[in-house]
Amino acid sequence: MTGDSPAVIELRGITRVYGRGEAEVRALDGIDLTIRSGEFVAIMGPSGSGKSTAMNVIGCLDSPTSGEYLFNGVDVAGLDQDQRALLRRHYLGFVFQGYNLLPRTPALENVELPLIYKGVGAAERRGRALAALEQVGLAQRADHDPSELSGGQQQRVAIARALAGSPEVLLADEPTGNLDTHRSAEIMELLVRLRAETGLTIVMVTHEEDMAAYADRLIWMVDGRIADDRPTTGGARHAG
Amino acid sequence: MLGETIRLAVRAIWRNALRSFLTVLGVVIGVAAVIAMVTVGQGSSAQVTQDVAKLGTNVLMIRPGQAAMGPRSSSTSERAFDLRDVDRLIREVPAIETASAAEQSQMSAVAGNVNYRTTVWGAGNAYLDATDWPVVLGRRFVTGEEQGGRAVCILGETVRQELFGDTDPVGDKIRLKSMSCEVIGVLDAKGASSFGSDQDDIVMIPVRTFQRRIAGNSNVNMIYAAVRDGVSTELAQGEIEAVLREIRRIGTGEEDDFNVMDMKQLASMLTGITDVLTGLLAAVAAVSLLVGGIGIMNIMLVSVTERTHEIGIRLAVGAQARQVLQQFLVEAIVLSLMGGLMGIALGLGLAALASRIMAIPFTPDPVVVLGAFAFSALVGVVFGYFPARRAARLDPIEALRHQ
Ligand SMILES: Nc1ncnc2c1ncn2[C@@H]1O[C@H](COP(=O)(O)OP(=O)(O)O)[C@@H](O)[C@H]1O
Ligand SMILES: [Mg+2]
Repeated sequence: MTGDSPAVIELRGITRVYGRGEAEVRALDGIDLTIRSGEFVAIMGPSGSGKSTAMNVIGCLDSPTSGEYLFNGVDVAGLDQDQRALLRRHYLGFVFQGYNLLPRTPALENVELPLIYKGVGAAERRGRALAALEQVGLAQRADHDPSELSGGQQQRVAIARALAGSPEVLLADEPTGNLDTHRSAEIMELLVRLRAETGLTIVMVTHEEDMAAYADRLIWMVDGRIADDRPTTGGARHAG
Repeated sequence: MLGETIRLAVRAIWRNALRSFLTVLGVVIGVAAVIAMVTVGQGSSAQVTQDVAKLGTNVLMIRPGQAAMGPRSSSTSERAFDLRDVDRLIREVPAIETASAAEQSQMSAVAGNVNYRTTVWGAGNAYLDATDWPVVLGRRFVTGEEQGGRAVCILGETVRQELFGDTDPVGDKIRLKSMSCEVIGVLDAKGASSFGSDQDDIVMIPVRTFQRRIAGNSNVNMIYAAVRDGVSTELAQGEIEAVLREIRRIGTGEEDDFNVMDMKQLASMLTGITDVLTGLLAAVAAVSLLVGGIGIMNIMLVSVTERTHEIGIRLAVGAQARQVLQQFLVEAIVLSLMGGLMGIALGLGLAALASRIMAIPFTPDPVVVLGAFAFSALVGVVFGYFPARRAARLDPIEALRHQ
């Protein structure tokens, strides 16, 4: 279904090496990967196989040691810290396992955060943040602090924050890792619905087959390499 | 964006109101101390100038010895003047209107069974003229009393109150040491001076009476001279010096063994002392401001560590290093400006209170207030920069991992 849409992310021979000499760890050891616009890709693999490192590189939080990274056809592998910040600001949204909301700060303000850095004025910012909260079904919790929300609700606020900046790619590293099965399914259904509504590209790391089944493509990583890359059966089911 | 940052800073400061207050306490105290010191110092300088002006700005003080304000030494090397010198000054210095010896000594004045310790001045009508000091009750000395060294006296208001209460003392007798002298008048009340001395605490007798009955010699240790209207004090000073050098046979090239001081010089010397003291105290206070700045840096560093995770989140959603830098820098500046404002309020309050107690004018100086405000902003910039830079240099992944 997305075979003919343009590539958003293209990784060519990407490596990420931590440490030197004896202590050297090749967290990514030659990754070739193309992700097309509108795809929902799940990444699985044993602990320490390099999934988070791959997400950080894709998300421009980190730079690869070597290799080529084309984002929308532009090489971004060599960008500096500030240029990567701009890329994150305008094209990328993040959802983390631990939610990463600002404590003692109402949901609405958490969602407004990326818009502040995008330079959106106060009134418009508020409107867009409320709309994003509406999308995740939490508009009525706008003035609640994270501590007053359940784990599932906090993760939905985090998703609203990622969406508020209207990114092209949503990167989710184990978004359901702290949630029970029921809440996890809710989050997955939310992601699938948002992808359908907005044409968002989603890359998600997960430990659970059930969650990976919501994606249309599953990448299996072992020791910093891609060991397997194939469509999921579930992807066909949900994408329908 | 800057408005947003300031709003954010105020929020962050408010969220930790108590800690923020303790953080800026150093700046509050530093600014308050500087403002209070300088304001009180300026007030007392103004008071000194005002008091000296009351003594008469056209009056010159002539004393033996070179030291301008040193303690009176009785050593023989310091040749005293005598009354002939005073007469010659009056005759030979056209720039002065009059001159008077003014000797003084502390002793008890006794009236009936009341005993009061005061300062007895050996002076005369010329002194009253030189300092524009009227007699309000009774009369001044007559020539015969001055020339003959009679046992007559004029009382200052304080001495009158102490010895006679509100009754009219003219015609009554008081005793000074073994001398019984008749009260012929009462001086106009001058009030207290800022040097802490009560100017009305005085008994005045003719200088010859003082020399004969109290000092036991014919020395004159102080001469007051009144400069004529329209004549500059510098000119009068020069003429007096020339005449005195001649009288005292001081050769060319030798230094004066006396000094002539103008009240303005006296005032500037006294305010000079006040200013130096004020400067010293303000410098000490400024050091506490520096310590306050270090306090801010310390807490800002703690705050950066505590908020590493928050910084990671901001970086992840697209904040650039300089935006993080700006956020923490603005927070430090807002914090120290708040401290500065509190310090200014406290300092002015203390200065107002102190001025009231010390009975000096309360004259807050806008330059000092603005200066303190600007300085506290500077403290924020200087001591906020290092922590802010540390925050801005954090790696987003490391920062996000920090809990
Ligand atoms: N900052 C780092 N410094 C050194 N080694 C690291 C760092 N981050 C990750 N690694 C190493 O890289 C490898 C891949 O880690 P990671 O990408 O977190 O794996 P996963 O997310 O699949 O569990 C692991 O061996 C890990 O220890
Ligand atoms: Mg991981």
